[in-house]
Amino acid sequence: MAKFSALTQRYGYSVILLKQLVKTDFKLRYQGSTLGYLWSLLRPLLIFCILYLVFTVFLPVGKGVPHYPVYLLLGIVLWNYFGEVTSGGVGAIVGKGDLLRKINFPKYVIILSGSFSALINLALNFIIIAIFMIIGKVAISWMALLIIPLIIELFILSLAMAFLLSALFVKFRDVSYIWEVIMQGAFYATPILYPLSKIPVWAAKLLILNPMAQIIQDARYVLVTPTTITISKLYPGKVWVWFIPIGLTAILAVIAASYFRRQSKYFAEEV
Amino acid sequence: MNEDIAISVKNVSKDFVLPHEKVSSVKGIFTSFGKRDKSAEVQHALKDINFEIKKGEFFGIVGRNGSGKSTLLKILAGIYQPTKGMVKTQGKLVPFIELGVGFNAELTGKENVYLNGAMLGFSEKQVKAMYKDIVEFAELERFMDQKLKNYSSGMQVRLAFSLATRAEADILLVDEVLAVGDADFQRKCFAYFRQLKKNKKTVIFVTHDMSAVREYCDRAVMIESSEVFHSGSADDIATEYIKLFNKIEKNNHQERTEDQSRWGDGIITLESVASDVDDNEVKITCVAKASGNSEDPVFGYLIRDGAGNDLFGSNTKLMKRTIGTVSNGDKITVEWTIPNVFNDGTFYITLAVSHNDGVTQHDWWDDALNFTVFREDKTPFALNPKTKLKIIRKD
Repeated sequence: MAKFSALTQRYGYSVILLKQLVKTDFKLRYQGSTLGYLWSLLRPLLIFCILYLVFTVFLPVGKGVPHYPVYLLLGIVLWNYFGEVTSGGVGAIVGKGDLLRKINFPKYVIILSGSFSALINLALNFIIIAIFMIIGKVAISWMALLIIPLIIELFILSLAMAFLLSALFVKFRDVSYIWEVIMQGAFYATPILYPLSKIPVWAAKLLILNPMAQIIQDARYVLVTPTTITISKLYPGKVWVWFIPIGLTAILAVIAASYFRRQSKYFAEEV
Repeated sequence: MNEDIAISVKNVSKDFVLPHEKVSSVKGIFTSFGKRDKSAEVQHALKDINFEIKKGEFFGIVGRNGSGKSTLLKILAGIYQPTKGMVKTQGKLVPFIELGVGFNAELTGKENVYLNGAMLGFSEKQVKAMYKDIVEFAELERFMDQKLKNYSSGMQVRLAFSLATRAEADILLVDEVLAVGDADFQRKCFAYFRQLKKNKKTVIFVTHDMSAVREYCDRAVMIESSEVFHSGSADDIATEYIKLFNKIEKNNHQERTEDQSRWGDGIITLESVASDVDDNEVKITCVAKASGNSEDPVFGYLIRDGAGNDLFGSNTKLMKRTIGTVSNGDKITVEWTIPNVFNDGTFYITLAVSHNDGVTQHDWWDDALNFTVFREDKTPFALNPKTKLKIIRKD
């Protein structure tokens, strides 16, 4: 019990701040727009409509994939979460520069709050996915619960990247442009629009090592269709390879956390 | 650390590396590679600062602009890290470097109370419990559902201050927040100060206002050119501070410069002007040189206050003195000695040499000099002649 109170004392301030920052972010996000929070749902839905039209009617790459609409939507939603956390994270510390120079508070709260408000968004998007799954009569099994550890992996991966980028951006303002280009490239290097079965096996074997690709494919496997090509199917029997994306995420998390921790002391002077 | 010490500052130094061209792009890393040392300059903002503040003490930090006192405050608040040395704090510290930290103009007053409350470390539940008091104290009951951007600056300050007074801290760091706001607000601030003092809170107060130092502080340090220049009782520090200022202001000398606040036909020009201020007198000296002929020119001065109001002035003609004929190459020195009747503040001297007709200007120099007067017996007026006071009571 004494340990617990010491813990609340240490992190109590962070929790209070985090709560308020997430709330503020949520309040301000769609302020002034007529449809307000509805945009959280409308935006992915409309983007999905465009991509669906392009990739089923004009460029039918999804042919042969069962429940391709949900398959596509799930990929977009997960990718959007990653994009929102990391792209938002780049400028997060610099954007709060005014605050940093006036009060001392745990800086990680800024990044964490961006991460949590994106998570709320992700939850809303999953409502849309659920609706599509019901409409599309997607069979759901107990395996669907495995989406939870996958979301946790996604959360850690995105958060780690955001920590690293935000701290780097304080020193090097080119990071935002570089990251924009990387995201564009990574979008196509990740099997979001196309199924992995459509590309050569050696390429698929390489791409799947990217944690985002692994997460999206595994999520599709557990939620949409067991025909999805996952890392375990590409490397049958080689269990150690299955853990490469998770390992990469863990390494990134450790590097990002220690770099952010070291740099955060000097944010106030450098922003 | 000793139990009754609130903050101990030991050998604290702070250097800022000022790159002449900040390397903040990846390209910069490559292009400035072997010449890094050339482009950086180290600025010593603080050098070996040492002091201790006891619990319950009202401690002042004074110093001129650029002396390093704000850097020191930020180090005490944990916002900056010292380059050398360390700061140890016992108890919860809340800084007020600015009021209303984290206020967001797009949120309503009410939402901002919760946000700023969180910044001060209050949970939602705690803010809710004192919400009514906060609003009442700020006198903003009718405006809480309006967005902050529709508040006047005075209303914002009132709300922020009302929140600040709730902060539950063992140590409070107060930067010159009192400099803002109207007289009514300042009265509230001072009442809050007295309450803090009564409650035996540890307060660190950074200010320029020596009368406030004398009134509230138990002890103080004076920071000058990045070092602790003096440390001692509030009275000593206030005296030292005023002495230092008078020394700096004592010889204010201006060389002739070309600027827009000067005009005239140039037949006689003011070569150099100077003012010398002490407790009793203000001496204005100007040296003029003629490059032509002028019959009985007139030398004059005019003193304005900081707001630009003309206070008083005179000239050689009004003072019934004649200069006589001036011809090319002549040098004339005119000196006025005026009793120092000024109140605390900065004053501006305009000097002029004009033709005897009173219309043609040889050289008119607006605000050629300024001087600053420090008065402890400050009044709200421009002038404040030293006044003898006698009170006789018959009880």
